[in-house]
This record gives sequence, structure tokens and C-alpha cells, in this order.
Amino acid sequence: MKSEEQIVKLSSLFTIRYSLFLLPLAFFILFYFYPLGAILKLSFAPAGGLDFSALGKLVRTGYYLRVLSFTFWQATASTALTLALALPGAYVFARYDFPGKATLKAVSTLPFVLPTVVVANAFTALLGPRGVLNGWLMAFFALPRPPIDLTHTIWIILLAHVFYNYSVALRIISSYWQNLPADVTEVAQMLGASPARAFRHVTLPMLKPAIGAAALLVFMFSFTSFGVILILGGAKFATIEVEIYRQAVNLFNLPVAATLSLVQILFTFGLMWVYTRTQSNMARPAKLKSSRSVQRAVRTAKDRLIVGGNLGLMMVLLASPLLALILRSFRGENGWTLTFYRELFINRRGALFFVPPGEAIFNSTAIALTTVVFAVALGIIIVLMLTTGEHRWQKWLDPLFMLPLATSAVTLGFGYIIALNKPPLNLRGSLILVPIAHTLVAIPFVIRSVLPAVRSINPNLREVAAVLGASPRKVWRAVDFPLIRRALLVGAVFAFTVSMGEFGATVFIARPQTPTMPVAIIRFLGQPGALNYGQALAMSSLLMLVCAVGFIGIERFRLGDEGEF
Amino acid sequence: MSKKLILLLLPCIILLAACAPQPAEPVTLRLMTHDSFEISEDVLNQFTADTGISVEVLKSGDGGAALTQAILAKDNPLADVFYGVDNTFLSRALDNDIFMSYNSPELKNIPDALKLDPQNRALPVDYGDVCLNYDRAFFAQSPLDPPASLEDLTDPAYANLTVVENPATSTPGLAFLLATIGHFGTDGYLQYWSDLKANGVAVADGWEDAYWGQFSAASDGDRPIVVSYATSPAAEVFFAETPPAESPTAAVVSDETCFRQIEFVGVLKGTKYPAEAKKLVDFMLGKTFQEDIPLNMWVYPANSTASLPDVFTKFSVVPQNPATVSPEDIQSNRENWIEAWTQTVLQ
Repeated sequence: MKSEEQIVKLSSLFTIRYSLFLLPLAFFILFYFYPLGAILKLSFAPAGGLDFSALGKLVRTGYYLRVLSFTFWQATASTALTLALALPGAYVFARYDFPGKATLKAVSTLPFVLPTVVVANAFTALLGPRGVLNGWLMAFFALPRPPIDLTHTIWIILLAHVFYNYSVALRIISSYWQNLPADVTEVAQMLGASPARAFRHVTLPMLKPAIGAAALLVFMFSFTSFGVILILGGAKFATIEVEIYRQAVNLFNLPVAATLSLVQILFTFGLMWVYTRTQSNMARPAKLKSSRSVQRAVRTAKDRLIVGGNLGLMMVLLASPLLALILRSFRGENGWTLTFYRELFINRRGALFFVPPGEAIFNSTAIALTTVVFAVALGIIIVLMLTTGEHRWQKWLDPLFMLPLATSAVTLGFGYIIALNKPPLNLRGSLILVPIAHTLVAIPFVIRSVLPAVRSINPNLREVAAVLGASPRKVWRAVDFPLIRRALLVGAVFAFTVSMGEFGATVFIARPQTPTMPVAIIRFLGQPGALNYGQALAMSSLLMLVCAVGFIGIERFRLGDEGEF
Repeated sequence: MSKKLILLLLPCIILLAACAPQPAEPVTLRLMTHDSFEISEDVLNQFTADTGISVEVLKSGDGGAALTQAILAKDNPLADVFYGVDNTFLSRALDNDIFMSYNSPELKNIPDALKLDPQNRALPVDYGDVCLNYDRAFFAQSPLDPPASLEDLTDPAYANLTVVENPATSTPGLAFLLATIGHFGTDGYLQYWSDLKANGVAVADGWEDAYWGQFSAASDGDRPIVVSYATSPAAEVFFAETPPAESPTAAVVSDETCFRQIEFVGVLKGTKYPAEAKKLVDFMLGKTFQEDIPLNMWVYPANSTASLPDVFTKFSVVPQNPATVSPEDIQSNRENWIEAWTQTVLQ
């Protein structure tokens, strides 16, 4: 009797789990593969027959191969540079406890939400020919002309990619590092290994899953970079993403645009496939530790040097451009002023699309929180799907969920127009499409943050819990969840960020009158006049403030009393 | 925990509620347009008060992107009226047959020069000129005169002073390329651009980057000449912190230096409410709406009976003879011209 009951219970659990798996699959099929398929079909087979003549043109003109190779190598260089700079930072955040840590971590993520035009101008204000740095250098060394000119060079592109992506590497690596035991490294050093040797042979191999995940995200972001390359790199640098927009919108050449989209998607899928294979072999159970037991206060001179050095780098690299923007938003023609902030609240012309700051903040936050809920819920299910048992299909499934990050926004947006056009799916122009599209881009962050943590959980822990009589759900709550909580919060922070900073270029859909903060910034930047520019900077500063509060809020978020891990 | 769950679910509920179908109202028209569309709330409310028809505005990216979406949605239109297809995209709109003909009574007040579609499927609603702008302060201190023609920019005295936008990625960039094609002809424009390149022209990706990033009158940049609009100097006055007596910038409006962008409005084929949609088009071409256009979108009203705001009459000048290229020519040569330009200037 009893065992029968158990079987029934078990099988119903099985059904629940698998029907849960259907949820993200349905979401991806409905909002990614179906619209994408529709637009590709329309592009390649407008009259029924397949037409790949566009492909020939792409191969013939060498131009596109040059674009592809430039896209690839700048992304590789950006990734390497970001990791090299962020790894020491991740160490400091994983191993030290110091005042202001949460705030600094929040600040490091702010670049992500700022429009490129604004960031580019902050860079010009600091590094440009008439910028602060050149000013100092010229005054100090009595130089006749600015010594540094990075305008439209590859260096400014790399610098901007580090600026944008530093926090991706910092957060993912440090949250993983924090759970790794410090004693192994200490033992190695006690046995006579130099710190460098101990790092290379003990710590680095243990960190590989997190470094790999961070590298992948940074690479994808740099690979599909649009604004940074166009604006900072100048018109001579083109990426595939830029070319797709030009072909689809300016030339209405859908076959070429679709072909380029497909190239980008297949390339990413290939890359992801290789990555997934190496990662699942690499991840091994580690003895995860509570963060309290591995973090220490800054005590010795060496501690001060390491922590101070890294924080100094973060200040120069990340905080100074942000600070330049904020200061600028308070500076008018006659010195310090609140004019631009006051002006935000006044609708001088009774304009229909005037955005009261409170409303913009509310809209942005509501959409971003919805995105967080969607992305985290679906992300957890996907991670469960990828780690339950060992199946061949998992290796194919994992790369698929990363594709939205590498899909041109125009292509997918046009797909929505032709695919979601009939009830019950007539969502065109509906507000719900905005968080749905954000969720597609946010899910890869959740997966990449959480997956290494889940894989590193020692299966013995689960078995022990199960032997002690815990139900699968209890095992998850008592063992898995506390251990991946921090990774989950990292994913949630990025889901929030993706949504808060989206201003219509990443997700391309027609939207009704629901102004968000980035949309308001772009609206100000669209017309001449000092007041418009000032208000754009004021709104950008408010956006940073709201995001910083959001990041800190999410990091403080607790579900029940899961203990401090 | 349950409290937190509710807090988490709240935004979803709000969103779902916002998307739920509204209780049946008379008629709500959807107006599809580009991101730069702006109008006074009162003006639109007046239309609703007069006719009982509500209007929902759907912004859909830049002009090209919005039009492409309207074409893709042709079989099952997203909207009833489309505002803002310009003369560079007009042929694409007409070739794809998305508009129905409508001989609005308001057309009598619109100059024939603006009417480019004899069948009145696309009705002219506003126009604006893309022109060179310059930094007055720079030229006041410099021995150089402000530029007066396109040819001036290739004079070595003007080396490294100009920033233009990439025609492949920017609407004003394309308009300025068309101005050079209109002036130098299809055999001469490439030579002009290669001279311009030799004279150190800077190419920005879009207007925002050129104006806020490189134009010396509006940024930390060091280029005193920029491709912008004829109305930009007026906007500089209107949006100044304290209203100046004179604009910090000026537009070059001499013959064949500018390109005129004419925007059109039309009723989309397949609308369920053709009668109401036509009423909206009439309203948009009428005096009230037309007089509201300048300060909101910084272009000129197409309706010649509409009076202009002071800041336009004082600080903005309409070029008498802009360079012209026909919509058909633009449609059939756009790709070739842009590719030739890219090869000449960027590669």
C-alpha cells in the first residue's frame, strides 16, 4: 500500500518536473524560434521557392569576411583584457570584507545601463583632445598639443568594452570564488608552493567554470556590440550587427539581412557548443564554503596594497566617467545649478510624450522587476533541466538558450511583426512584449551565473540529505538553494540591468506610450539645445541612482531563512 | 515569504491589467509613426473631443524601421494611419502599396511643390531642410568666413573643421549625401567626397554623436561645422538655459547646399475604420495640428495657412533653392550611392 502511494507520489513529481520543463521550452519556441523562423522564411522564400542568391554576393565581395574577422578579433581582445583586469578585482571581492563593498559593486555595474552616446561623451570629456587628462598633461609638462588622442582607434573600443563588461566578470567570478574553500590554497602554500604557483595550479583550475562563463558573456556582448563600435570607433569599423540593421532597414534587403543574421546565429551556436562541451567536463564538485569563513578584514600592509590597488583601478576605470557625467548634469552656463533636474518636471509645451520622471522611474522599475521574475523563474527551470541526470540533448539545449544574446534585434523584431499577428497571439504593440523580449536577453545571464554553482554542488550532499529522509523538494531547499543563492542574485542583478538599460536598440518592437527612463534620455538627445542635453544627463544620473538602489535591494533579498552562504 | 511573492508578482499583475482589453469605447485609432513624433496633448485631446475618436500612438523606431514594419504587417495592419514616411522612403511605401488614396479637402492649402504622389496616397504633412550648421563663436574669432557653399568645405582653409553623418546609418547623413548628388550630379559627387575626405572630414555614426560629441558649439568636440537642420539654430535658442539674443549657431541656406525632407501621412490599407482614419488625416493637415508641429518636431508645417511661432520667424530661415533628387531616383539608386560613398570615404 505504502510503496504504491510512494510510486504514485514519485510519478506525479516526475510529471510535475517535466511539465515544468515545458515552460521555458514553450517560451523560447513562441517568442524566439517561431518569430525567427517566420522572418527567415519570408526573407529566403518570398514567393515559395528558396532563394539563396544573397549568399553568393556575401562570399564574393570579401567585405563581409573582413567584417566578420574584425568582429571576432576585437571581441577576443576585449574579453581577454576584461578578464585580466577583473580577475584581481574578483579576488578582492571574494576574499576581503571592507566597508562600502556593496556600494562599490553596485557602481561597477552602472555602465551597463547607460546609452552609448552619453558614455562616449564622458570618455571624450576625460580623454578627448580637450579633455581633463590631456589638460593636466599639457599644463604639467607644458606641452603645446594634447599628447593622447584615442579618438576613433581600436583602443577606445577596447577600453569601452572593459568599461561596460568589467562587472560581468567581477560579479560572476567573485560570487563563485567566495564559495571556494581557502584552505586548499593555504595547504599548497604551506607545502612550499609559491603564491603564484598555488594560484596557477590550485585556484585557477577551481575557478575555470566561472571564468569560462564570464568570458563567454563578455565575448558575446563585444561580438554583437553596436553602439560602442559605431560611435567610439567611428564609421570605419563595422560589425555584423551594424550591417544587418543597414541591410534590413535602410536598403530593405531582407535576404541579405537574414543571411547575415543566420551567420551570426550559427557562429554563436558553434562557439557555444564547443564551450558547453568543455564546461560540462570541467565542472567538478567542490567543497563549497560559507563566505564568512573565507573572508577576512583588511589588516596587513599587503592587504591594503592589494585591496587599495584594485579599488583604485575601479575608481579610475569605472567611476571616473560616471562621476564626470553626474558632475556635468549639475553644471550650467553659469556654474553649479539644479536647472536640468528642475526642468525634468516641467512640461513646457504640454507635449504628449513628455515623461514625468516619477512615471518613467515607475515604468522602468515595473518592467525590470517583471523581467527579473520571468528570467529567474525560467532560468532556474532551465538550469534544472540541464543538470538533471545526464542526457545527450542537454549539450544541444544549452547553446540554444544563449542564442537571443547573439540575435540581431531588428531581425527578431521584424519576426514578431509577421508571426505574432493573429489572436490569441496578437501581441504586436502590446506592453507585455517589452518584458518578454527583455527576458529572452536576460535568461542567458541567469543560466551562466547559476549553472557553474549548481554543477559544483557535491552530489554526496544531496544523497546524504535524501538518505536522511528529505523529499526531493526539501533537498533542493536545504542543499541546492542555499548554495546557489548568491549565483542566482548575480543573475537577477543582470536581468534587472538588461531591462533597465534597454532603450529600443536591443529589443526592436513598436511600443505604446509607456515611456521608460532610457527612452526619455534618447528623446532629450534627439533635439538641439543646452537644456535638452542637460536634461539627458540629469535623467541618466537618475537612472544610475535608481539602478544602484535596485542592485543593492536585490542583493539584500532573502527568501525565508536560508542562512548566510 | 508570501508577502515577498506578492511584491514580486505585483508588477506582473499591473502589466497584465494594463494590457487587458479596455471596455468597449466608440473607436480607437492606432497611429503608427517614428520615434521623433511629438505633439501637444491638448491638440490630440481636442480631436477626441470633437469626433469621439481616440488615438493611440505607436512609435516604431526610426523612419525607415517604422516603414519596414508597416510593410511587413501589410496583410494584417498594425495601425490605421501612418505618419512620417519621408521623400527618401516614399517610393518604397508606394511600391509596396500600403496606403489608400485620399483626396483630403485640406490639400488645397498645401503647396503643390510638396505633393509628390499624384494619387494622394501619401499626403505631405511637414517638411524640414538638412543643412550645414556652424559655430558662430568659432568664426567670430577666426579670420575665416563661415562656409557659404558645399565647395567651401573642400578648401584647404577649412581642413579638419567639418563633421558629417554616415549616410548608411543616419537620416540627415543620407539627406546631405543627396544634397551633394543634387548639386554635383551623379558624375561629380564622388569626386567631391574624395576631396572632402582629403580635407579631413570627420564621419560620425549618427546626428547625436556628431552634434553632442563633435560639434564645437554643443560639446567638448572640436569641429565647428556640422550637418544638422535649418531649424537647429532656433532650437538652440528655444532650449537655451537663458534665452540669448542671438543663436550660438547658424545654418547655411545658400542655393543647393541643403536637402529638403518632406514627410507624408497616409491611411493604411486594410484599416477597419477608413472613415475615422480619414478624419484623423484631415485633422493632421488642418490648422490646429499644423501650428503645433514646429515647436514639437522642429520642422515646418506643410499647410501654408498655419502661422509660425516667433522663434521660427526670428531664428530660422527656409532655404529657397535646396538641392533636389526625385523619390524614384532615390529608391532605385540608394544602395549603389551609399556603397559608392562607403568605398570612397571609409575604405
